[in-house]
Amino acid sequence: MASRTPTPRATPKTTPAPAAKRAPGPRPLVLMVATRKGAWLFHGDAKRKTWRVDGPHFLGHTVSHMRLDPRDGRTLLAAAKTGHLGPTVFRSTNLGKTWKEAAQPPAFTKAADGKGRTVDHTFWLTPGHASEKGSWYAGTSPQGLFRSDDGGDRWTPFPSINDDPQYIEWMGSAQDGTPDGPKLHSIIVDPRDPKHLYFAMSSGGVHESTDGGQRWAPLVKGLQVVEGFDPNTLTFHDPHVVQICPSNPDRLYQQNHCGIYRIDRPGDTWQRVGAKMPKRVGDVGFPVVVHPRDADVAWVFPMDGTNVWPRTSPQGIPAAYGTRNGGKTWQRLNGGMPESQAWWTVKRQAMTGDAQDPVGLYFGTTSGELWMSRDEGARWSCIAQHLPEIYAVEVAELA
Amino acid sequence: MRVLIPSSLRSYTKAMYVEATGATLGEALADLDRRYPGLRFRMVDEQGSLRPHMRVFIGGLAIHSLAHALRPGEDVNIVQALSGG
Repeated sequence: MASRTPTPRATPKTTPAPAAKRAPGPRPLVLMVATRKGAWLFHGDAKRKTWRVDGPHFLGHTVSHMRLDPRDGRTLLAAAKTGHLGPTVFRSTNLGKTWKEAAQPPAFTKAADGKGRTVDHTFWLTPGHASEKGSWYAGTSPQGLFRSDDGGDRWTPFPSINDDPQYIEWMGSAQDGTPDGPKLHSIIVDPRDPKHLYFAMSSGGVHESTDGGQRWAPLVKGLQVVEGFDPNTLTFHDPHVVQICPSNPDRLYQQNHCGIYRIDRPGDTWQRVGAKMPKRVGDVGFPVVVHPRDADVAWVFPMDGTNVWPRTSPQGIPAAYGTRNGGKTWQRLNGGMPESQAWWTVKRQAMTGDAQDPVGLYFGTTSGELWMSRDEGARWSCIAQHLPEIYAVEVAELA
Repeated sequence: MRVLIPSSLRSYTKAMYVEATGATLGEALADLDRRYPGLRFRMVDEQGSLRPHMRVFIGGLAIHSLAHALRPGEDVNIVQALSGG
């Protein structure tokens, strides 16, 4: 059974927190773009001026997420399915030249009566701790948590989540989840301690473990839920995405169905820092991106969450917003973006940042455009068009 | 028996028709999975049910149970439902 009592914040055990470092010298980059109809790699030069496209990979597959293993710089995992076929994970150990399917993709434990849950798709991939080579975590739809210790070939479930009656109750039914299925996402490994983990569920709230995932406790204090519902019921919590700050792993930002939040551990209460966003824009959205070296800096991409939730840019005028003071104030960052009649938006995994100085920001749109900024959001340019609907964008520097 | 493989699964078999053995549909799919690892999970979920858009026809009948007994000489036709977008 999962722990029902809040667990204390993990004490750093293995490695000290990474100190804020100077940005490394620029290196070539790879953008991993996962879409509703396949995946693409965009290879960028060190100055981020030119991009060479490599794809499609898995044309026709819905690819929810693609990540590079930062521990070896060449292993890629891609979570895929098609409309007809079941879900799987593809692996490449040569940066996408060749792919091999996982021998045992994420799957729930078989119930004795055959009426157990089934994984519809793997939605989220997170490389494990730097000290645990070959370890990965996966989140699925419907909500499930899985781990691999062999580079993504064989995945084992976490009974502490997937089979726990309390957690299953908190997950709610399919009708409680997002339109394309309830999801477990935002799996976070504390860079100071491989046993200190977070994840989030839409629906089901944010959760934390300090023992490597044997016991979990909710971390939802301060988060709002839709008006009229009880925030004490975990099912009503809808975190869209949570990110940990590499330069200060005690700070996390969250884009929630009900606003933008920040938490500073060991505190246990989220603060709604999105309250300072312009009222005409609001603080609803999906992605949040954190600065690699400054925990006061974060970016979001608001969307229209009014009325029937159009899930478009507000008023058809897309814009990122950034804060440089931990959410006290926000600046509109839309230089170069369309100024009218642009009804796309950005999904929760479809915005990311690199580690260069200044930080490069990247996002992919629901209309299949790939955008980037070389100056932390001040100016944006479109680097690819006419892709399928973009589900996820990740960036990594190559060795 | 001879098994018709739909185009969506031919990345595993590299062929439209393959051979399999087994006394039931489930055994035949297990045999296919030994020859073409990963194929079964793409069409059968972890609870042992055919996935929603996968259809199997044997002797002209739509078969939904993996326990369905196969008779000697019967072909198995796996198709994907005409659905999607």
